[in-house]
Amino acid sequence: MPSNPPLSATHFVAPIDETPLLGVDTVSIAARKSNLYLDAWRDVRGRPLFYISGAIILLILVVALMPKLFTRIDPTYCNLDLSNGGPSAAHLLGSTFQGCDVYARIIFGAGTSLAVGFIVTALVTLVGVVVGAIAGFYGRWADAVLSRVGDIFFSIPYILAAVVIMSLFSSARNVWTISLAIGAFAWPSTARILRGQILSVKNADYVTSATALGVSPSKILLKHVLPNSIAPVIVITTIGLAAAIVAESTLSFLGVGLGSGTISWGNEISNAQGQLRTNPSSLIYPSIALSVTVLAFIMMGEVVRDALDPKARARR
Amino acid sequence: MVWYILRRLLQLIPVFFGATLLIYFMVFALPGDPIAALAGDRGLNPAVIAQLRAHYHLDQPFIIQYLIYLRGIFTGDLGTSFSGQPVSQILAATFPVTLRLTILAVIIESAAGILIGLVSGLRKGKLFDASALVVSLIMISIPIFVIAFVSQFIFGIKLAWAPPTVSEGAPWGDLILPAFVLATVSFAYIVRLTRASVIENLSEDFVRTATAKGLSRRRVIRVHILRNSMIPVVTYIGTDFGTLIVGATVTEGIFNVPGVGRTLYQAIIRGEAPTVVSFVTVMVIIYVVFNLLIDLLYGLLDPRIRYAK
Repeated sequence: MPSNPPLSATHFVAPIDETPLLGVDTVSIAARKSNLYLDAWRDVRGRPLFYISGAIILLILVVALMPKLFTRIDPTYCNLDLSNGGPSAAHLLGSTFQGCDVYARIIFGAGTSLAVGFIVTALVTLVGVVVGAIAGFYGRWADAVLSRVGDIFFSIPYILAAVVIMSLFSSARNVWTISLAIGAFAWPSTARILRGQILSVKNADYVTSATALGVSPSKILLKHVLPNSIAPVIVITTIGLAAAIVAESTLSFLGVGLGSGTISWGNEISNAQGQLRTNPSSLIYPSIALSVTVLAFIMMGEVVRDALDPKARARR
Repeated sequence: MVWYILRRLLQLIPVFFGATLLIYFMVFALPGDPIAALAGDRGLNPAVIAQLRAHYHLDQPFIIQYLIYLRGIFTGDLGTSFSGQPVSQILAATFPVTLRLTILAVIIESAAGILIGLVSGLRKGKLFDASALVVSLIMISIPIFVIAFVSQFIFGIKLAWAPPTVSEGAPWGDLILPAFVLATVSFAYIVRLTRASVIENLSEDFVRTATAKGLSRRRVIRVHILRNSMIPVVTYIGTDFGTLIVGATVTEGIFNVPGVGRTLYQAIIRGEAPTVVSFVTVMVIIYVVFNLLIDLLYGLLDPRIRYAK
């Protein structure tokens, strides 16, 4: 092996007056700020789908919070004379088999569906983020234990698990128990996604330098790692909200959802299934309300995903 | 490959015991005394209660009960339904029907989904692509029981193209409409997944090379783009088994298909908790084993996975 000349022998120092500072090197303070979320926000504002889904979600929120603005009819007042009655001036979308107003029941059902959607989402995100963050950031045995537990919960399809829980919970079927039943088995996907993200962020230079500066691990996790790995969780949360609404209606449809006293779209569809031949509209209209709501949240999820994932932006 | 299989089998063990323990624990921990429920309002003689508790091993600690239950699973005793029929017997009678229905559904969804996804990806941004995206979004949003009812109403009752309910014995012809309904669940996802991976592959070097080599566009699409785009799609179809189980339960219930799903559906509707639990357990076991098979198959197809740590 030929010996190299010592480094100092070829050390080269540029003449000081060789290149004057060019305009390029001046830092423009006025340049626009940019980070992932600002970019995403800019991207989102240019998309018609964002405004369409946003408007629908806003409308449904208003309906859910203030149903009385939209109808004067009491949804629990049912007149058997009107059983399976067609649309009329008083009952725009006709009446159910029990003679209740279809439109009023759809309006009052919105709150139930949204409540379940939001509670499940909050629950799943909370558990998923805590588990995923601990497993991904602290690693070692915490990761081993939490990941195996997640695998176990993941191995049971969450609607089937909810069916089991709800059929055993027959005495207390309300918005809270059904949300718990759905959420209990839906969190592993959030945890898995966050764990994967954290693993890929954990060794980034800014984490190393924060450690070198003596920042405590918990502060690094909260200040540096989480903000940089949370984007996919935001996406799955929006789509998960839609999935939770569907799960509630599926359980109610199967008869293990909310009690019959609660007005929900799933219950309306379930009650109307016997009337498919005689009064299809009492089944179709709640189904449309349910599908449009789910569609709005899924569209919003798409928009958010496209905005937060540069790869997805290219596919558009 | 042997090591890969062994490692996957070892990973299966905690999941299997964990999942069964979890289900069993849920049943055990939730409120309600099964013996009291059996007796009704009048109450039973304490001696009879003690006898029944001993018979169902309810006097044993939880973990012993679970072990007895596990022994049952391994010796083929999957519990009895509410009507006293062994679950294994019901499964033997109903499983083939469900298998036929799901195979038909998977064929429909993958054939239609891959074709439409491919065309969509090749014509990114054109009218066909835009409408395929809109239609798939709408299909994702409609819950399966709504799709089932609406198609039962339109094709079964109004147009009478197909029987609205499946007759006993489930001939193939009767299964076509339910299979289409079941296929709609994953169809939209397959379209989007195929489209995305076709678009990604279109800008790959190997596609440019193939085109530069002078291959016909047909051959480039069929051999170089489609084949490489299939990997994520096949994985998705394999892991989508959970959705298929839930979908089959609803579809079989609505179309009266005499399969496993309908049995579960009816048990749920009638509130027969023990039957529901034993069926869900069986389905979870099938699901876990099926996932293992898909993983093994995937390791067979893609050597990178086999050797990865």
